[in-house]
Amino acid sequence: MTEFKKKGLNLLEEKEKLIRVNGKEKKDLLEIKDLRTYFPVLGGVFRKVIGYVKAVDGVSFSINKGEVFGLVGETGCGKSTIGKTLVRILDPTSGDIFYYDEAELKNAKEQRVKIDLAKLNRKELMPYRSKVQMIFQDPYSSLNPRFTVGDIVEEPLTVQRGKRKENKEVVKDLLKKVGMSEEYIYRYPHEFSGGQRQRIGIARALSTNPELIIADEPVSALDVSVQAQVINLMQDLQDEFKVTYIFISHDLSVVKHIAHRIAVMYLGFIMEMGPAEQIYKNPQNPYTKVLLSAVPKGNPRKKVKKHPLRGEVPSSLNKPSGCAFNPRCPIAKDICKREDPVFEEKEKGVFVKCHFSGEY
Amino acid sequence: MGKKQKELLKVENLKTHFMIEEQKAKAVDGLDFSVLKGEFFGIVGESGCGKSVTALSVLRLIPDPPGKISNGKVFFRDRNLLELDWEEMRKIRGNEISMIFQEPMTSLNPVFTIGVQIMEPLMIHRNMGKKEARETAIKMLQRVGISSPERRVDDYPHQFSGGMRQRAMIAIALSCDPGLLIADEPTTALDVTIQAQILELMTEIKNKRKESAIILITHDLAVIAETCDRVMVMYCGKIQEVASTINLFENPLHPYTKGLMESIPSLTKKKKRLITIPGNVPGILNFPPGCPFHPRCSYRMPVCEKVVPELLEVEKDHLVRCHLYNGEGKNQ
Repeated sequence: MTEFKKKGLNLLEEKEKLIRVNGKEKKDLLEIKDLRTYFPVLGGVFRKVIGYVKAVDGVSFSINKGEVFGLVGETGCGKSTIGKTLVRILDPTSGDIFYYDEAELKNAKEQRVKIDLAKLNRKELMPYRSKVQMIFQDPYSSLNPRFTVGDIVEEPLTVQRGKRKENKEVVKDLLKKVGMSEEYIYRYPHEFSGGQRQRIGIARALSTNPELIIADEPVSALDVSVQAQVINLMQDLQDEFKVTYIFISHDLSVVKHIAHRIAVMYLGFIMEMGPAEQIYKNPQNPYTKVLLSAVPKGNPRKKVKKHPLRGEVPSSLNKPSGCAFNPRCPIAKDICKREDPVFEEKEKGVFVKCHFSGEY
Repeated sequence: MGKKQKELLKVENLKTHFMIEEQKAKAVDGLDFSVLKGEFFGIVGESGCGKSVTALSVLRLIPDPPGKISNGKVFFRDRNLLELDWEEMRKIRGNEISMIFQEPMTSLNPVFTIGVQIMEPLMIHRNMGKKEARETAIKMLQRVGISSPERRVDDYPHQFSGGMRQRAMIAIALSCDPGLLIADEPTTALDVTIQAQILELMTEIKNKRKESAIILITHDLAVIAETCDRVMVMYCGKIQEVASTINLFENPLHPYTKGLMESIPSLTKKKKRLITIPGNVPGILNFPPGCPFHPRCSYRMPVCEKVVPELLEVEKDHLVRCHLYNGEGKNQ
């Protein structure tokens, strides 16, 4: 622990942005409590705020060290907004993002601290930027076309540690790890295919040796045969670097393949969360069930059947009253229109937000 | 009824080339296939394999220059479309053959109401008056499952959601009751739940119209499995395998088809690790000589690097383009 960092942590503690916890109890890496991200909607002559798009509307979950946490849902359910809020590209409206860090504070040993990333300002956030990195969906727009591959992968290192000679070696090493030749450092992004660009994006995310990588639809823009390569690469790198992933995707088959635990989102809420196997085998929330039934299974002997889900996702500007899913739900009753169900633990590790969980 | 009579579309040795930087890019390189009446025919392949160019070539919508249909015949109801003049071709497009595109927002005109856009082909091809066309448009919207069509017919595309726009596109495409409907990645931009609805609608339409056919172009094998009767797998502008859907999924023969199937994560089966096809899809100007798949193929033989394999009927109605299944390959 450097002197500098110790000083920084003590300062944070004084400002009540940091809490000390007993290191032996918690195995979490990240704990998110009642996180909300709203976007104001402006209107009228004076551009007054006339409403809010409630993109993320009170979600709570925690992420264990070394796991792959999958976030799935349809367009506009808020999965990408969560990802962007966690790295503070977007600022949360309310809620806490606790990041657990190893630390020795004052004289107490074996202590860990939790830091509320939601409350830190830009300067205080700096050290945590290197610990939480992001991989973006579109490998074409997320790499600067005027930078060489070497510069792209090196940039996070330069920002975090300053320009150093040994950075070049780190970059070459990283490129080899993601399955690319080290001669590529002088080339430009346009010379590469989609799959190779995504590898560059992954190398960039790994450059600061992060603990958590948020991957926002990392394989959606890729061809099927290349998609499998990138998924395998991400799994290999996890084994090697012991990094934790939040894997955001609309593709339920991909998420099932890679994730240990899954949260299914709808209109800014988590509808169901639990171990991947259990959610896919025995979904409790009717939304999860119909969503899974809509995925083509790839079995030609089972042709398209009547699909129970009518209509489309409502706008998050005017959410339905009560349960957000009630207008499309096949088993909605009166209570679903009146009362918003609570997100609670139904079985060990399985959280469901539904009045009639497990009844459909 | 013989096979000849049941054939709705027959493509023979179709070649479509593009001139890129003074080089010839063979986007579609010698296609032979036919689509039968009442069939749901799938074309599957990765980006750049020529599946969309095939569809555009059938409708002669290839921008010329740089593109050119340099060879081949496209018979539709026993007329060679490539020999028709422009006026006759206009009478076919949107009337006898119509197309649904991938991105419904860019293929609908934002300054006209949905109703006007459905009425347009009716007034051009069917000589309908405005009133009659409007009534038909409302009927079409109802048929594709849009609620309160009398009101919705006057909406603009931006008032429709993604799934509804795609339904409106289908309504336009079906308005003149075409013999052949070509759907180019119709569900790629949509959510799974909406995709399921659109595929259900297309299957329903196909079951109702016995005399016509649908060609579905997609990169998603699972979508093919749920809808199509017969599939054609394309790679680098060439057909690699053609078979009935059940046959293709239960007994894939081409190494490329096998690789594609193994590389898809499955909802139902547990896979520890995905089996991948090494390398990337080659760029259109650098298709490898011989079998275009040979640099990525694990069954590669010396002959694959030099000789382009023939498309052979290995089993009944199951065609494969691979040296593993012809005489030369078997001996090696």
